[in-house]
Amino acid sequence: MPIFFAKRLFQALIAIFGVMTLIFFLQRLAGDPVLLLVPMDASQADIDRMRIALGFDRPVVVQYLEYIGNLLLFDFGRSYVQNIPVAELIRTRLPYTLMLAGGALVVAFGIGIPIGITLAIRRGKPIARVLSGLVLAGQSMPTFWSAILMIMVFGVWLGWAPPSGARQISSIVMPSIALGLLSMATFARVARTAVLDELEKDYVRTGHAKGLPMRRIIFRHLLRNASIPVVTVSALEIANLLAGAVIVETVFAWPGLGQLTIQAITARDFMVVQGVVLLGAITAIGLNLIADLLYSLIDPRIRMGAGS
Amino acid sequence: MSAQPQPVTPAKSARSFDIPWTAMPFLLIVAVMVLLAVAAPLVAPVDPNTQNLLARLKAPGTVSRGVTYILGSDELGRDVLSRLIYGARISLFVAFSSVLLSGTLGSILGMVAAFYRGWVEIVIMRLVDIVLSVPAILFAIITVAVLGPGLVNVVIVLALTRWPRYARVAYGQTLSVANMPYVRLSHFMGASWIRLLGRHVLPNIAGSLAVVATLEFGLMVLFEAGLSFLGLGVQPPMASWGAMLSTGRNYVATAWWIATFPGLALFLLVLSINLIGDHVRDRLDPKAR
Repeated sequence: MPIFFAKRLFQALIAIFGVMTLIFFLQRLAGDPVLLLVPMDASQADIDRMRIALGFDRPVVVQYLEYIGNLLLFDFGRSYVQNIPVAELIRTRLPYTLMLAGGALVVAFGIGIPIGITLAIRRGKPIARVLSGLVLAGQSMPTFWSAILMIMVFGVWLGWAPPSGARQISSIVMPSIALGLLSMATFARVARTAVLDELEKDYVRTGHAKGLPMRRIIFRHLLRNASIPVVTVSALEIANLLAGAVIVETVFAWPGLGQLTIQAITARDFMVVQGVVLLGAITAIGLNLIADLLYSLIDPRIRMGAGS
Repeated sequence: MSAQPQPVTPAKSARSFDIPWTAMPFLLIVAVMVLLAVAAPLVAPVDPNTQNLLARLKAPGTVSRGVTYILGSDELGRDVLSRLIYGARISLFVAFSSVLLSGTLGSILGMVAAFYRGWVEIVIMRLVDIVLSVPAILFAIITVAVLGPGLVNVVIVLALTRWPRYARVAYGQTLSVANMPYVRLSHFMGASWIRLLGRHVLPNIAGSLAVVATLEFGLMVLFEAGLSFLGLGVQPPMASWGAMLSTGRNYVATAWWIATFPGLALFLLVLSINLIGDHVRDRLDPKAR
């Protein structure tokens, strides 16, 4: 057991290290990294001065070691546009993105799981057809379109919710739904497969033979077993929600990390972009790790095959 | 995904190339969009970039200076329908070329990794794991931040972000094919690795790769639109559905048609591709049901 944990942890660390390295060399391969950090209209003298000030005139190996060293100390560098540490910027924006992702998770879970269960139990019935159509639609619907439609209908025409910004508590409703719709489809599919798998098991037949009502079999016995894959998928979906927030935040002018990233790209503030992407990558890898560990804790059989 | 068994009789399926009637409308949607995209200069009512400042933000059906704005006009008085048709070009071009590029790159790397083993395998498959462990949109964003936006760069960005999907499938499939007696024999007889992979391995794994490619195609359409929506993709004045949606977002209160129609087109295209992709998967790869 400890060996399995250590192995997975090591793999995750390698992945994080790999992402850092990839980003570093991406910057260097694409041309002069100084150009990413100065305004479009900077003069050659300014660029040269900047290069020396930032240490880009030193050998690449030295720069790389310093870059990795700083990241290991959680130093994401400074924003050259706003002249404050990137970590500071991230700290002010992070709560908004977490709130949004949390709201979206509630939506995705609250709608997706019941739909998935219904799809499995009422398989082949008209209601299952309708719901599976809904799931497919949710999956093919671009977030930015559903978001705009919601702003149009509920924000502008009906006036039920503020169309954008984050000044009131009700502001979070529409962004959460827009972001949650995509994960809703994933949760529905996973729940459907999980319940279908469990329906074939012996204990369900035993329940039937004992004369238990279907409702009781499902709620008392089946859902507990079916929850295993759902829990692990949740961990992975949180990573997707955080990434999807980039678009949703832009549509709703929600002041989170996604909006910060897009503003940073427009302002050519590369350190900020790099900081957010690294944070997102580390979070995603961490959640992957948690999903793996959860799965192995709940279902020890996974560990056996972990050697490969 | 919901893959209900299709009640198709053998005689009927042979005639209709195994396409169930429920998939036909979606196939038709894709076909029409491809045709419109190819023939855009012929079918578009007016030039997509011609501005008419006297006919700004006109509702669908408005006639101005002899031009009928069937789906309305945008903030610069450009015809939404014409931009929609030209936008199909961008969407399909980007999706097609990025699938082709990432598919080729990923398949080759995956096959080579499985065939050579050793450090080549470790390097390639580690890289696959790393790229796949980060949400694709984040990788796309940092790559755009470095390379800059633009049509060609979007294709490059998508290819760089998505090749691991193909590499993983190609790798797994090649591993199972590489030990087949005929492949080993061919190796003993001195076939070059290009011939070996191209003649003996690739035909055996092409089906699985085609499944991945179809499902990826829809995703690439969404990605291009998403990047263009964020201002990181195709740059103005080029008509892209994502960029049109971004403009439309600013006019939701006054001009609903600007955002509604490109969104609808995007939704229909992606939905159709996903449905067809599901079907292709069920046909070519029954295990994945």
